[in-house]
Amino acid sequence: MNYYLRRTIRIPATILGVATLTFGLIRLLPGGPFTQLRIQLRRRGMDAQEINARIEALQNIRPDKSLPEQYIDYLIGVVQLDLGQSISLNKPVIEVIGQALPWTVFIVIVSTLLMFILGVLLGSLQAYWEGTTFDSVGSGLSILFMSIPYYIYAVAFLVVLAFSWRVFPTSAAADRSIEAGFTVAYAVSVLHHAALPIISFTIGGVGSTALSMRGNSIQVLGREFVEVARLRGLSDQRIATRYVAMNAILPMYTGLLLLIGFRLGGTVVLEEIFTYPGLGFYLIEGVNANDYPLMMGCFMVITIALVLAVYVADMTYGLIDPRISVGDADEY
Amino acid sequence: MQMSTDTDVNWQSERTDEAIDWRDRLHEGFVLRIYEPAIIAWSDRRTQTGLLIVLVYLSMALVDLLGLWRDASTSQAPRMLGAFQNWSYPLGTTQSGVDVLALIIDSTPFILQMVLAGGVWATGVAVIAGTISGYKGGLTDSVITAISDFFMSIPGLPLVIVLGITLEPESPLVLGVILTINYWAGLGRSIRSQVLSIRNESYVEAARAMGTSTVRIIRKDILPNLMPYVLVNFVFAARYTIFAAVALYFLGVLPYTGQNWGITLNYAYNQGALFGLEAIHWLLAPIIAIVGLACGLILLSQGMDRIFNPRVRTRLTGESESVESTPDHTTEVR
Repeated sequence: MNYYLRRTIRIPATILGVATLTFGLIRLLPGGPFTQLRIQLRRRGMDAQEINARIEALQNIRPDKSLPEQYIDYLIGVVQLDLGQSISLNKPVIEVIGQALPWTVFIVIVSTLLMFILGVLLGSLQAYWEGTTFDSVGSGLSILFMSIPYYIYAVAFLVVLAFSWRVFPTSAAADRSIEAGFTVAYAVSVLHHAALPIISFTIGGVGSTALSMRGNSIQVLGREFVEVARLRGLSDQRIATRYVAMNAILPMYTGLLLLIGFRLGGTVVLEEIFTYPGLGFYLIEGVNANDYPLMMGCFMVITIALVLAVYVADMTYGLIDPRISVGDADEY
Repeated sequence: MQMSTDTDVNWQSERTDEAIDWRDRLHEGFVLRIYEPAIIAWSDRRTQTGLLIVLVYLSMALVDLLGLWRDASTSQAPRMLGAFQNWSYPLGTTQSGVDVLALIIDSTPFILQMVLAGGVWATGVAVIAGTISGYKGGLTDSVITAISDFFMSIPGLPLVIVLGITLEPESPLVLGVILTINYWAGLGRSIRSQVLSIRNESYVEAARAMGTSTVRIIRKDILPNLMPYVLVNFVFAARYTIFAAVALYFLGVLPYTGQNWGITLNYAYNQGALFGLEAIHWLLAPIIAIVGLACGLILLSQGMDRIFNPRVRTRLTGESESVESTPDHTTEVR
C-alpha cells in the first residue's frame, strides 16, 4: 500500500487510541468519576437522579450504564466535539479549548522554528571553525544552556523583566483593553505578551540543537562526496549549503518530530509560569480545581495536536529526503 | 598476550583450556572495554569535570544516608539567613528557619534513585523494542513500530501529570518510571533505524548464514555497536527525568511527602517572591543543584563520545595520521 495513504489511515486509529486511553484514565481517576462532586451535591440535598443527570451533563459518561456503553457514548461525544462541561469555569470544555489552542500552537511553532534556525546557524559556524576559541566557547555555552531547564529561564525572566523592571507583562496573552483583530496595536500586544515565553522556550533548546548540528556537520565534512564536490571546483558557498548543511540537517529532522512532542508537553510548565492562557495552563487549572472534564479535555486535545504535527512532519520528510524507505523489511 | 605461559602446562585438557580461555577473555575484555576506555576518557577534560560533579552528588547522597549532616526541619535555625553568612548554615536558611543545605542534601538520594530508574527504564525498553523490531523486521517490526508510534504521539508531561494524579506515586523508583513512561518510544525508533543498517553488514549476514540464533546475533553482533549511542541517550533520559520531576513538583501537581529540589523551588518562588533579593539564596540553591547534576551528566556523555568515536580515539593515541588533516577540510569550506 502507498506509504502516504497508510500514514493517513493511521491518524484516526491513533486518535481512537488516545480517546480510549483518556476514557480509561478518567475511569481510573481517584474515586472514579466525580465521587467528590457527587458527595457535594448530595450534601446540598439533591436527589440521586438529579445528581446523575447533572454529572452526565458535565462529562459525557453516564454513571449508571455498563462500561462498554459508557465507552461508546464517550467516543460519540468526542466525535461530536462534546468534551463535557468544565466545573470550575462553568463553560463547555470545547469552548475553553477553542480559545486556548491557538496560543499554545503559536508559542510552540514560533519558538521551535527560532530554536532550530539559531541552533543550526550556531552549530554550523562552530563546525566550520572547529577547534578555534569560538568553537570551544560555543560548545561550553551550549552545554551550559542544555543543563538549565527552560522553566528556569522563564522564572528568571519573569522575576527580573516582568516583576522587577516591569518591561514585560506578567500574565495573559494580550492586553484586554485592546480589541482582538488584525490591527497593529493588537499584534504588538500579542507579541509583547508572547515574547518572554517564546524567548525562554527558544533558549532552552538552542544548546542541544547547536551541539548536534556541530557534530553532524563535522561528520559530513569528512565524507568523500564533499571532497569530490571540492575537486569539481564547486563554489564554497554551494558546498556549505547544498552539500554539508543539507546532509547535516537531515538526521536532525527526525529528531524534530520528537522535539515537537516534548515542546508541546513543555507548554504546560511554561504557560503556568507566565499565566499564559493556552492549553497547558487550563490543564493545570483543571488539575488544581479537581475539574476532571477540563483536565482530560486539554490532555486529549494536546495529544491530538501532537498527532497532527508528527503527521505533517512525516509527510514532508519524504520531500526532504528522497531515500525514505517505504517498504517493509524482510522478516528473519 | 598472557595466554602462552599458562597454556604450556596442560593445554590438552579441555576443561582447563576452557577455563583459561574464559579467564583470558575476561582479561582481554577488561583491557578492551574498561581499562583502555577509562584512560582515554580520563584524558578528556569534560569527562574529568563530569565525573567529579557526579561524585559530589554521590557523596551528598552518602552524607545523607550516613546522617553526617542535620536533617531539614522547621525552626532549626534563625530565619532568612543569607548564604555564606553563618558557617553552621553555609547556604543560609529559609523563611521558616530551615537549613537550605540540609534541604538540598536530604533530597539527593531521592533524586538520584529517580534519575537512575528513569534512565534505566527509558533506555532499557528502547533497546529491547528497537533491536527486536529492527532486526526481526516483518510483522514483529510493524507491531512494535505501531505501538511505539502511538506512545510517541502522547506528549510526555501532560501524560505524566494525569498519571501522577491517577496513581499518586511516592516511591522514587516508580516516579522515575512514570516520568519516562513514553520516553522510550522515540529512542526506540532511532535505535531501530541504526539496527536496520547494522543488520545488513556482512559480518551479521555471515553469522546468520552460519545459523547463529537470533538472540545470539542481537547480543553479540548488534548490541555492542549500539552501546555508545545507548549510553549517551541514557544521560539524556536522566536529564529529562530531573527536569520533568522538578517542573512537576514546582507546579505542585505531583503528590509529595518529603522534601526535594522541586518542592524547595516551589516554596522559594511562591513565598520568597515577597522578600525579593533577600530570598535569592533560597531560590538559587535548588536551581544550582539541578543545573549542576544535569551539567555533570552532559559533560560525562560528551566525554564518552570520545571513547566510542573511533576517529577521535585514534587521534588521541596518535596512531593515525590521516585524521590530522581533518581540520583543514573545515577551513577550506568556509
